Amino acid sequence: MVRLYTDDLSIGYGEQLIVKDLSVQIPNQKITTIIGPNGCGKSTLLKAITRIISHQSGTVVLDGKNVSKENTKVLAKKMAILPQTPESASGLTVGELVSYGRFPYQTGFGRLSQKDYEVIDWAMKVTNTSTFKYLPVDSLSGGQRQRVWIAMALAQETEIIFLDEPTTYLDMAHQLEVLELLQRLNKEEKRTIVMVLHDLNQAARFADYIVALKDGQIVKAGPCEEVITKEVLRGVFNIDAEIGIDPRTNKPMCITYDLLKGE
Amino acid sequence: MGFLHYFCRKDNMMKTSIHFSLKFIIGLILLVGMFCVSMVFGAASTSLQDVWQSIFTGVKSDSINILRELRLPREVAAMLVGAALAVSGAIMQGITRNPLADPGLLGLTSGANAALAISLALIPGINYFGITIACFIGAAVGAVMVFGIGATKKGGFSPLRIVLAGAAVSAFLYAVADGVGIYFKISKDVSMWTAGGLIGTSWSQLQMITPFIAMGIVVALLLSRQLTILSLNEEVAVGLGQKTTQTKTILFIVVILLAGASVALVGNMAFVGLMVPHIVRSIVGTDYRLIIPMSVIAGAFLMLIADTIGRTINIPYETPVAAIIAIMGLPFFLVIVRKGGRIFQ
Repeated sequence: MVRLYTDDLSIGYGEQLIVKDLSVQIPNQKITTIIGPNGCGKSTLLKAITRIISHQSGTVVLDGKNVSKENTKVLAKKMAILPQTPESASGLTVGELVSYGRFPYQTGFGRLSQKDYEVIDWAMKVTNTSTFKYLPVDSLSGGQRQRVWIAMALAQETEIIFLDEPTTYLDMAHQLEVLELLQRLNKEEKRTIVMVLHDLNQAARFADYIVALKDGQIVKAGPCEEVITKEVLRGVFNIDAEIGIDPRTNKPMCITYDLLKGE
Repeated sequence: MGFLHYFCRKDNMMKTSIHFSLKFIIGLILLVGMFCVSMVFGAASTSLQDVWQSIFTGVKSDSINILRELRLPREVAAMLVGAALAVSGAIMQGITRNPLADPGLLGLTSGANAALAISLALIPGINYFGITIACFIGAAVGAVMVFGIGATKKGGFSPLRIVLAGAAVSAFLYAVADGVGIYFKISKDVSMWTAGGLIGTSWSQLQMITPFIAMGIVVALLLSRQLTILSLNEEVAVGLGQKTTQTKTILFIVVILLAGASVALVGNMAFVGLMVPHIVRSIVGTDYRLIIPMSVIAGAFLMLIADTIGRTINIPYETPVAAIIAIMGLPFFLVIVRKGGRIFQ
């Protein structure tokens, strides 16, 4: 079942289109990863689907409704977005920042209800950030901070969560920590996760479904076995890749690669 | 007031706000104390008893009349302007995520100034209401010019770039004001308005201006939660379901009301909007629900100090309050620049 899809979506400014006539379906309750070279329009696509930027033509449809015509607060209860490396949290404590995830549910001055507190506590527990509750977000390490931002997105209680390069600037262990958290949310909480990732092997390991973009168009979209192949990677990244099987996860992985010559 | 429940809530989420009510009350006490000090000290010697009688009784005597007709409106104006400038600075810093934002530095004050000069030149005998409206329009034009220049280049909203644009636009607009003053031979009138500071503030002026400032501050308090989210990151704000364009537009209008009203009341006054929110942040943190109310108090407090110093440092002559503020503000500005505009982190 598909709740979210785009239909002939074009995004760009004036004549310069970054994404052209793109139609993609986001599988429900799965992890979808968008990959592609720098400037291919991955982040742009993510932002357009989540109405952060407007698109030129085509539609984004969620639950049968056109996203650009939907009430933005209603949408905020259905999908959460974590932009690329949010700057500093300007001094807010972890608890305060996570509590802002309840924004779409509040009216007026925004007093938090009992329910709000429960959700906030739950979000911090799941992301393992409860112990930082009273600490300023900016005093945490990169990995901890990223988990706090994810907690805020979780406090939004949306079924769909978008993340733009959630592992940037993190070391290997912390990257894995974040991705495993997302995987757990997907498996245990049945959240639909859509994210942009740079690392092909991470994409293959954690995604159920991969969308490979180049120059604003889909080269290939499907399960990892169909996307992480020699042919697709040649078309998308201009590389000659050696594909093997990860002995621990049985997922395809790029063992080594070279730049394609003569192009 | 509807916002009072902020000060009494016991949020387990916001450890800071448990102490906020205490900080706010201390601030209020300090403000009242400073108000008494500024009422007592001045060229004409008065006592605390006179101050009390001038405000709460109908007793008449020379010194009480001075207090009631000269010093009281003047100190009320000082508090209003301090609060208005501090809140407008806080809002601007929040919207632009620029720690150097200040209505005096970003073209609003100079815009209001130029509009004031032009309106005095073109409409002889313009009344105070007309001048106020002209100040609002001028403040808006000045701000639009600065942000227009800042936006001409991609990534143009960097703190220092905006400040440079602000300096250029301000220089231009001050030149316009001077030019108009000289050409129409009204320099004296113009400078009486713009450099006059708090001298000669009357109750009738206050009656005109107070509703604008009060309205601006109330709207700012109502939108303070939205402002905090906006100050984090615009994309986050959209993702959380905020109508960012609408929020920014309303806040922009609030800033123009507050800055324009301040110019109409006291003329140029840079640095208040810059300094106060930074001081307040170091006391209450970075949630605008706390910053805005605290800025009201701290801004009023700062202006009272500055005006009292201005009136007493060289009796019987007055030192312009704008000069006192500038002397306090400049080192502050340099510290923020030195920190590379990273004071938020």
